Amino acid sequence: MEQGPAGASGPAAAGAGGLLLPLSETEQQRYSELFSRCCPPPEAAAGGSSVGELFRASQLPPDTLHQITEVCGAKRVGYFGPAQFYIALKLIAAAQSGFPVRIESIKNELPLPRFMALKNDTEVRYGTPAEFHGVKFQVPHATLEKNSYKRTDEGDKQEPKSPPMSPICSPPASPSTYQRIPLSYGYGKARSGLEQQHGAPYEVRHSTHQQDGPSSGNYGAKSALACSTPNRSLSVEREQQDSSTQYADDPWRITEEQRDYYINQFRSLQPDLNAFISGSVAKNFFTKSKLPIPELSHIWELSDVDCDGALTLAEFCAAFHLVVARKNGYQLPETLPETLLPEYLQAACLKPMRDCALFDSYSEPLPSSQQTRDLGRTEKSSAEEVPDNSALLQDGKKDDKQALKVSTTLKTIPKEFQHLTVKAAAQEPNALRARPRSRSYSSTSIEDAMKKGEEPPTPPPRPQKSHSRASSLDLNKIFQQNTQAVRSGWLPPPPPALPPRPSVSQTEQPSEVELHPQMNKPPSQAEENSSAKKEVVLAQPPSKPARRKLRTEAQGLETPELSPTINVTSSLPAVKPHLPVQKQSSKQKRAIQTAIRKNKEANAVLARLNSELQQQLKEVHKERIALETQLEQLRPVTVL
Amino acid sequence: PSQCDSFCSQNYPLYIRSVPTENELKFHYTVHTSLDVVDEKISAMGKALVDQRELYLGLLYPTEDYKVYGYVTNSKVKFVMVVDSSNTALRDNEIRSMFRKLHNSYTDIMCNPFYNPGDRIHSRAFDTMVNSMMMQVC
Repeated sequence: MEQGPAGASGPAAAGAGGLLLPLSETEQQRYSELFSRCCPPPEAAAGGSSVGELFRASQLPPDTLHQITEVCGAKRVGYFGPAQFYIALKLIAAAQSGFPVRIESIKNELPLPRFMALKNDTEVRYGTPAEFHGVKFQVPHATLEKNSYKRTDEGDKQEPKSPPMSPICSPPASPSTYQRIPLSYGYGKARSGLEQQHGAPYEVRHSTHQQDGPSSGNYGAKSALACSTPNRSLSVEREQQDSSTQYADDPWRITEEQRDYYINQFRSLQPDLNAFISGSVAKNFFTKSKLPIPELSHIWELSDVDCDGALTLAEFCAAFHLVVARKNGYQLPETLPETLLPEYLQAACLKPMRDCALFDSYSEPLPSSQQTRDLGRTEKSSAEEVPDNSALLQDGKKDDKQALKVSTTLKTIPKEFQHLTVKAAAQEPNALRARPRSRSYSSTSIEDAMKKGEEPPTPPPRPQKSHSRASSLDLNKIFQQNTQAVRSGWLPPPPPALPPRPSVSQTEQPSEVELHPQMNKPPSQAEENSSAKKEVVLAQPPSKPARRKLRTEAQGLETPELSPTINVTSSLPAVKPHLPVQKQSSKQKRAIQTAIRKNKEANAVLARLNSELQQQLKEVHKERIALETQLEQLRPVTVL
Repeated sequence: PSQCDSFCSQNYPLYIRSVPTENELKFHYTVHTSLDVVDEKISAMGKALVDQRELYLGLLYPTEDYKVYGYVTNSKVKFVMVVDSSNTALRDNEIRSMFRKLHNSYTDIMCNPFYNPGDRIHSRAFDTMVNSMMMQVC
């Protein structure tokens, strides 16, 4: 494709219906670059999806983009030829500068259109002006930890994916770590129309930092990003990508809601939070996630750091988190990410409130967010504490950490982590295994620099788990609830010992809500479900859990602990406060009624079977008696 | 210098790894034949004296020298290590410590509830450990 300046202006001139579009040198260069990106030669027209991607990267509202498409003539001709493309780019620049989308506006000198670009020097990015971040966050993207999951995944996949992306990837080894940071930026917007090969970074921010040069490295990253995001089945829970809290969306970091959820699950298996979950219990529990056994085995390996065949609360949280991540498509790391280490988690568990603050502080330092300042502070303090940490942590680990820190030069999770660990009361000396800080986690640490808006409390999404057995209808119902609450829900058999009863309308104030003050659940939702659950427990319906195999084991474990279990379910619905409760309750009712019907039928069948068997038994008895009498009769004969 | 680690249970290998990876088949064969010797020794023992055992220190293959060491856990899982004889730097203590490390890692694997005894071992941590150990020696 002709990328010469002359060529660029030629088609531009030709395509615009005779409109001579003056393009400056830089513009021509940039446009041709972008065009070649979107349209790999030797095609003459840019691929629609890649163009769409690029346009979305410009972070203009969709209708503006439509307008641009129209004006530039692509709609007319039906494709994005070079002319149309250049005009469109110019229009994008115009729109970004605030001009109306019209041919006239592009006759002026305009800055280059800005696209969400993947940058190499992320450090600079952090100090960027609000505009950068503001622009970045205009594009709606899921701000849930899912995003961070994605990113990490991309980070993880970056290496394997980079090679295939040959034309645009220059596989940098060291930059790979910080390349991942850019991922987060370009990522959000590129969610929808990602294409593997066109994950190339877009136009670098024109105004503040022109990242040239090693942007090719970003291509690889972006490609990886592009590759992995389509795999995500995440639904955009919230559109808040806000310039405010950049929650640490490191996928390997456990959010507060997740932690609470895990804790509740732990309680359901083992009421005492300080005790262990035995291996077999945990195995059954995690097997329900339907992950393949080798993966579960690997997850166990990663999370059971002391290799005792049992999971402490921290280990359990880590394992659960890994399961969730895997379920959502993230590749499992080779070693346990720092944020999932037991010390870290224990620190977090012990001081949840502090963690909240620290988590916030982990978020991307955005100018508009106070977290920035917190982060800065934390970072500095953590930087200071690095030497202290080294004393506390294993040598091998800290060396890697420090090396990574040096290499990344970013506020990374490890720093914060060390910060935490220093402060953590429970410093479990990880004497058993010095966990090498692999790059996988360094990438995650970079992710944590990613911004994602503060997510409303969401339980970790779980893939939908449905049972086929009649006895599990209740479980299905529960899953429905939870799925609504949780984006893709896999929920291990919900806690309540007994199937929930459809008395959702009641609004008993569950005491469990008080038990977990941290969880700010919307009252109705929580009450509804918790009341339902509570009723279930209280009512003690005669229906037997014998049929509900999955429940029984949970049941046996939980019967002593109603409230936490109730809280589990109530926390999940809490996630989606706007969920219509009535719908849930009616669904519940229906499901319960179906279950009742099925059970009754089963009952009838079994009763019939029973009577038949009784009949047979009687007959057999009779026969036996007959034979015995015969024998008696015959005996005297034989004896004689 | 080449080396091969393997451990077997009930005479089929649960795990086998060799460095360098060529001649793997030969190592497989060697390991398998050495199992017989291990069994001999076990039965000869009679008692609960299952400690580290060395076997065939002097096993010499016609074309290549290599030594085969054996080790049996109390659960009758046999570890077999094949080392080049040219690697004279390898002393008995080192072999013993290597076996000990292997044993520790093996127990760690056992702790994993998702691992069924008798399965092949796919643990990545274990692989890493074994690789590093073998790299040290070779």
